[in-house]
Amino acid sequence: MNEIKALYKKELVGYFHSPVAYVFMIIFLLSTVGTTFFLGKFFESNQASLERFFLFHPWLYLFLIPAVGMGLWAEERSQGTLELLFTLPISLPEAVVAKFMAAWSFVGLALALTFPMVLTVYYLGTPDPGVIAASYLGSFLMAGGYLAITSVTSALTRNQVIAFILSVILCFMLVLAGWGIFVELLNHFLPLWLTEGLSRFSFTTHFEAITKGVIDLRDLVFFFSLIFGGLAATTLVLEHKRGRD
Amino acid sequence: MIRAIELRKSYGNLAAVDGISFEVQRGEILGFLGPNGAGKSTTMRMLTGYIEPSSGQAMVAGFDLATEPKAAKRKIGYLPESAASYPAMTVLEYLHFCAELRGIVEPARQAAVQAAMEKTQLFSAANKTIATLSKGYRQRVGFAQALVHDPPVLILDEPTDGLDPNQKHEVRQLIRQMAQDKAILLSTHILEEAEAVCDRVLVIHRGRICASGTPAELLTRSSLYQAVEFRPLRPLSEAEQAQLKGLEGAKELVISEQPGLWRLLPQPGANLLSAVTRLLSELGQGPEEIYLLKGRMDEVFRNLTAQEAP
Repeated sequence: MNEIKALYKKELVGYFHSPVAYVFMIIFLLSTVGTTFFLGKFFESNQASLERFFLFHPWLYLFLIPAVGMGLWAEERSQGTLELLFTLPISLPEAVVAKFMAAWSFVGLALALTFPMVLTVYYLGTPDPGVIAASYLGSFLMAGGYLAITSVTSALTRNQVIAFILSVILCFMLVLAGWGIFVELLNHFLPLWLTEGLSRFSFTTHFEAITKGVIDLRDLVFFFSLIFGGLAATTLVLEHKRGRD
Repeated sequence: MIRAIELRKSYGNLAAVDGISFEVQRGEILGFLGPNGAGKSTTMRMLTGYIEPSSGQAMVAGFDLATEPKAAKRKIGYLPESAASYPAMTVLEYLHFCAELRGIVEPARQAAVQAAMEKTQLFSAANKTIATLSKGYRQRVGFAQALVHDPPVLILDEPTDGLDPNQKHEVRQLIRQMAQDKAILLSTHILEEAEAVCDRVLVIHRGRICASGTPAELLTRSSLYQAVEFRPLRPLSEAEQAQLKGLEGAKELVISEQPGLWRLLPQPGANLLSAVTRLLSELGQGPEEIYLLKGRMDEVFRNLTAQEAP
């Protein structure tokens, strides 16, 4: 546990050492809030709810989360510190968890900084606090899912750009699989059971369910198993690559 | 403290390390000598737990790296060949991180980091970002990282690689100092370094140990061991050459690489110095200079590892 804590702390502090972290925070806040007001037409909707705010998260995370996670392992490999990490007294699964948690916390912090949106809807009307809390939880869990996928792609390559592109593609497929318009398109030439089955593996389906304010066990299981699976795959990939660089 | 038992590592059909066994005791410095690609780094990586051996056993301070990796790793200070560290961190942060991961808690950590920086003379760079440091300083950071938890075992992969002669000297002194209460394994392809620093040397070639012993013992394998090198006053005549060759215990008379110098190679075990000196003065040939050669490490090294790696 102490080893996880030490690596977690180092990683999290590490994010704030680079100006990239601050650029990321600013882009995160501008894009989440910007889409709410300009694409989501927040004022025209005339509702004191954050539905328009969360609506765009699956699309924004498509680019934001891989940007945070692409360096997780690719950077360790390209700068040769993987050898160091493997010879320190921390096990590989512990290291994978610690680095993932640090990145996830960083994203969580960015998400928490969108709190002025909450204040805004409270100022404008009386929103449902349960729905807002559930939506934030859903958004955070979804970010974890994206990040777990990015963790795998980052372990696969020492090139961060490749890791980024691979994650965007994988996450995009998982978003599309449950996106209403796309699913309808698929229904034209695929059997219904198949498209429904596919959409169960989609971020969109589970995220939309949570943002309605109902935290269903199935949605939690989906996100947590995605995270667990991603981290397990990361461990396997790194175990396989170790010593071969 | 360090024990390798029949370590083997193969990648596909290629055996990078092919059955290496040795031991290093506390207070001893063992040097790995060998050409590039001989399997030095691979062996070290198996002993530090970075890679798993295909077969065989790696033990450090009584812990098996396969079954108790964490306990073993806490006892090791490792300087990888690249001396890689996190470039975005400052020296101080990095050392604190390494100490913390190895289970050193505050307030002992503060003292441990200070001690490691003192040994490696890093105080002036304490708050600098590692990315901005010169190669020599980065190497020191790698060293400090390996020392920070005061481990009983040090494994150093080419510790002086890329350093200037002054820095090399400093590093060698540091290694010597630390050897008093640690078991040290280091690799090098610099022959003088093995001679100057190590108590014992293993010559590794194609994944196997092809010779071992103290540097002095290895030097006895040199054809130049105990050879006499001299500069006569005048060029040697045919007759004079024949007389020198006729000395008891002499094997061969050759011209040295340097102009005007001759070498008389001995039969094994023979000592020719006084006989040669006497003969030369009888012949009125001086000598102007005369030396007893210790043997040359590069020659021993070449003989042992001459075959090209496949």
